[in-house]
Amino acid sequence: MAVMKHEHEGEAAKIGFTGPSRVEKDRFGPIAGVLSFRWVLIAFVLILWFVYYPIIDNFIVSTKNQDIFTGETAFIGLDNYRRLQGDPVFWTAIVNNTLYAVISVVFQVFGAFVLAALIEGLTEERWRRFWRAVYFVPSAISITVTGLLFYFIYQPDIGLLDSALTQIGLAEWSRAWLGEEGTAIYAIIAMSQWQGFGYSTLLFAIAIQKIPRELYDAAIMDGAGTWRRLWNITFPLTREMTGLMVIVTITGAFQVFNEVMVMTGGGPNNSSQVLGTWLYQQGFIENDFGYGAAIATVIFVITLITGFAQLWYTKRRRVDL
Amino acid sequence: MSVSHHPRETERTDFVAVLAKTCLVTFLISLGFVVLYPLFWMATNGFKTNAEIFGNPFALPSGFSIANYISAWNQGIRNYIATSVIVTLGSAVCTVLVSAWTAYGLTRSKLPGKPFFVGIVLGGLMLSPTVAVIPLVRMMQDLGLYNTYWALIILYTAFRIPFTTFLIRAYMLGLPRDLDEAAIMDGASEGQIFWRVTLPLCKPILVSCVILHVLFAWNEYLFAMIFTSGADLQTLPVGLTSIMAKHGTNYAIVFAAMTLSALPIVITFFAAQRFFIRGLAEGIGK
Repeated sequence: MAVMKHEHEGEAAKIGFTGPSRVEKDRFGPIAGVLSFRWVLIAFVLILWFVYYPIIDNFIVSTKNQDIFTGETAFIGLDNYRRLQGDPVFWTAIVNNTLYAVISVVFQVFGAFVLAALIEGLTEERWRRFWRAVYFVPSAISITVTGLLFYFIYQPDIGLLDSALTQIGLAEWSRAWLGEEGTAIYAIIAMSQWQGFGYSTLLFAIAIQKIPRELYDAAIMDGAGTWRRLWNITFPLTREMTGLMVIVTITGAFQVFNEVMVMTGGGPNNSSQVLGTWLYQQGFIENDFGYGAAIATVIFVITLITGFAQLWYTKRRRVDL
Repeated sequence: MSVSHHPRETERTDFVAVLAKTCLVTFLISLGFVVLYPLFWMATNGFKTNAEIFGNPFALPSGFSIANYISAWNQGIRNYIATSVIVTLGSAVCTVLVSAWTAYGLTRSKLPGKPFFVGIVLGGLMLSPTVAVIPLVRMMQDLGLYNTYWALIILYTAFRIPFTTFLIRAYMLGLPRDLDEAAIMDGASEGQIFWRVTLPLCKPILVSCVILHVLFAWNEYLFAMIFTSGADLQTLPVGLTSIMAKHGTNYAIVFAAMTLSALPIVITFFAAQRFFIRGLAEGIGK
């Protein structure tokens, strides 16, 4: 509302309005407030029913031992959470999600920032547009397709990666990337970087375009070189976008499911399990809904923290939110 | 290699600058190759025979027969695309319409206690589908919606309303009220103002919202996998994994199927690039 007032105060005054609310009040009266609820009714029913309520129900389910086939339910309190503590796969998943977050922040936030700065430094607009579009293409494709594609790329018999390594004389590096416990999660994370960096590059490019060019002109006059300009102008002036991207990327990293499911299903020997796939494994394959729900609660707590960080961050930037 | 937007740097056209520029262009081209070659490989593998796939992976197919593409299309992709289109368009219309109503209610109507309602809607942004999925299975079974299009349309709508409302609301806050005031003076009701005044003004953000929703719904996997089990109800991402399971040995068909499912969204991206980019920019917050 603050935005609107600033921009249109002048015009409103011109046509003789002292405040926007007076006319509306006279026209609709006090009952209008209650009637206005109809605008938000459908959204509220849907959100409360399908988004909020399941979170509460999820916590209730997590305190029970339940078999979906027999329907027998027993209250077991926080036993499922105690079980999590002693579950090595759960801790593998936490480590894998954290790896996912750290590597994605490095490539999809800081790497993408540098790439966006390089692209925006090109002199011709058509080439800037061209590179932004090329790098973005994988982001438009579904993770299922890219996951399957890289599943094949990592195969030793038909895949591109091992053939390429052999051709450049690194045959001893070739292996079944998804079939070995030491490399599976890294192979998945690498696919995710390939798919996602163009998206964040695009967003950084948009942020960089908003920087006034006079700043660069002044810096050149002062004799600042390319890297000084990048570090002293571009980086500080896109810091808000960087902060937001860090939070969004971390949130995404703890909700990873699709690519792991498609590429390894959490294997080999649970080495590439993440919280999402371990939840699925426990809840839907082992039919242990209570334990699956406990894992879901952990994801909920982590994303709630990052969500509040994001809200705080956005609010700080935009007072009228 | 210049990070500035400044085109004229005559004094820097020395050897170092040329070298830097060459390095930059080489880097951009190599990266572009890494990005595009796997996709090119996927599409050309769809033309190969199975024997060729097991040969040199860098070789081109011996002929461009579309037989694999046709059998992928007939062995499921057609149905999966139909389901994906129904679910994507159905949920896009529901989401954008409901979100526009909600955004209007939260910005323009006389609704009391707006901050409270805004808080509830925006709070939904923090809740992820993964967390809700176990309770939702039983809810959908109780409602008799399990394994129907409606399960996906309702869930996609419910989970995308907070985000979409957030975008439309931010846009509506920036719209001038002069037209509203004029319409009220003419005796228009809230409903008439919404349909005749506010909604047409919001067209740019509505287009962005539809695109963002299509990108989400077309590619969604978790809900699609859990809430549909019948082959005739599977969306593309889930259907692809079934094709993979079914034709696990006939790789050529799998590659053709992957290419066919990636194609619509890639074409949409290039055709509507401008809207895409603006939509994504809006999505992250300005």
